[in-house]
Amino acid sequence: MTTSLSAPSRRTSSTPRTIRELAAALRSGATTPRALLERAVDHARRADTRLNAYLRFTPELAMRQADAAAAVLRDRPDTASPLCGIPIALKDVLCVADVETTASSRILRSFTPPYTSTAVQRLFDAGMVCVGKTNCDEFAMGSSNENSAFGSVGNPWDVERVPGGSSGGSAATVAAGSVPCSLGSDTGGSIRQPAALTGVVGFKPTYGRVSRYGLIAFASSLDQIGPFARSVDDAALVYGAMAGHDPRDSTSDPRPLGETIQEMAGGVAGMRLGVPDEYIGDGIEGRVRECVEAAIRVLEAQGATVQRVSLPSTEAGLSVYYIIAPAECSSNLARYDGVRFGQRSERPSLTDMYLRTREDGFGPEVKRRVMLGTYALSSGYYDAYYRKAQKVRTVIDSEFSRVFEEVDALVCPTSPTVAFPMGDRSDPLSMYMCDVLTLPVNLAGLPGISVPCGFVDDLPVGLQVIAPRFEDSRVFRVARAYEQATEWHEALPPLAEVA
Amino acid sequence: MGAMTLTPGDVDHVATLARLGLDAEERRRLGAELEAILEHISRLQSVDTSGVAETAQVGDLVNVMRDDIIGPCLGARRALRNAPATDGDYFVVGAIQENELDA
Repeated sequence: MTTSLSAPSRRTSSTPRTIRELAAALRSGATTPRALLERAVDHARRADTRLNAYLRFTPELAMRQADAAAAVLRDRPDTASPLCGIPIALKDVLCVADVETTASSRILRSFTPPYTSTAVQRLFDAGMVCVGKTNCDEFAMGSSNENSAFGSVGNPWDVERVPGGSSGGSAATVAAGSVPCSLGSDTGGSIRQPAALTGVVGFKPTYGRVSRYGLIAFASSLDQIGPFARSVDDAALVYGAMAGHDPRDSTSDPRPLGETIQEMAGGVAGMRLGVPDEYIGDGIEGRVRECVEAAIRVLEAQGATVQRVSLPSTEAGLSVYYIIAPAECSSNLARYDGVRFGQRSERPSLTDMYLRTREDGFGPEVKRRVMLGTYALSSGYYDAYYRKAQKVRTVIDSEFSRVFEEVDALVCPTSPTVAFPMGDRSDPLSMYMCDVLTLPVNLAGLPGISVPCGFVDDLPVGLQVIAPRFEDSRVFRVARAYEQATEWHEALPPLAEVA
Repeated sequence: MGAMTLTPGDVDHVATLARLGLDAEERRRLGAELEAILEHISRLQSVDTSGVAETAQVGDLVNVMRDDIIGPCLGARRALRNAPATDGDYFVVGAIQENELDA
């Protein structure tokens, strides 16, 4: 058994792994977009015999993109985006035109979207190369990736354990070292929690910063697209390229984006950081707490002042989330009716066709949430559940606003535990508890990040940083200051070498 | 809210509202699971929300409009290509029989 603050495996070679390093290698002529793509696919295919992180690879699209990126790097290397020629993997809830997109659900098997999501299109426009579509919990509902219709995903640090969820495949492929970055979606922690459990950086932007156009909807008032990466700089680069107003998403915010990369420099000296009592109490595994407390001392040593704060309605957040998210899901998933797209179970009458199509097409967790949401919205229960949850959501939002009058950002654990063994949480409620430290951030629409901050028994621990709405740069700034003072983000699992 | 019980009739009713077919085993299991989840989330009732407004979404945008100008759109062929059954420019569905949509 290792002590809680020692990394089990360190970077053993000087192979460039971050976007920054790869962008430099592309410009020096040390590598090409095609070589990077081939290395990524080859590595990912070998890793996938243990991980099952990918639902499909996209070789034709990728080759076209790699060749186009090579031309841009040759013709105008100085103005090309740092993302040009860099491989990326996409969670299978993000539509890519003419590429099968299933949200890990049987009901969408063989669905090929007629258009590409805005966030993905912006990365393609910057020259990124799509390696493939990653496995996830069905319709992004889950915290362990065990709800995929196409099999569970292994955690690269211990393939018998879960990678977290719902963006488990996107987290695992970055953690394994196959690709430098990937995209996920975060409705209650689905980027940050798997980032914590696999030891990579995962960022959930302010609600409204990244267009949801072309993201298969789960809970529309909570969903945001965000990146996984091997460094905070890289996460900020990808975020900066896809964020900003999109008229095709009416919740997309028109205010100017600012200069994320410049604003995130400067460190934490003089910053006021808050540690919420409710996020570091009894529900947190002891050695996870020790790692996070050590991380907070690192920030303190760099000149931040740290104080305890209180968010009293944190526990109620779980209840609010598990009413609002299922309510929105039951409404959003009404579209899977076997008529316009997806699988149909043929029956003579229309109603029987609807019933059977949805019975055959949805997995157990999706059915559970559709039922829960329909119940919470149904006549006689709407006031007691849905309306009450909306009011407590206001209380939670107000508590964050009040705390942000005292402090500039919050620091806390991302997940109460490290990665748990597959099959360990068959009870739905115990699975829902995974999100207790991440979902309040979605309820309030805040930006949040998870960065690696240590290990417990060779399993990664994540530090979460949370800031007020539209202060995404501040999240990056705190996370970057921590990352620059530590080396946890450089650790690679043994699987990265053998794959 | 107090102790609540979700009867098999309630489960059937909600499944009908959701147009979700369930076999007998799923009905039994979902009934028990939903009851446990609802009991847990009923802790919500202990939060004082007197005088608190509801939050439907946290953005501050209201009634986002655009000019009423026709732009590029998918077209029928692309919009129809994922449909399980089509006829020309139409989706094909089974006949709706009398009263069958009554929940």
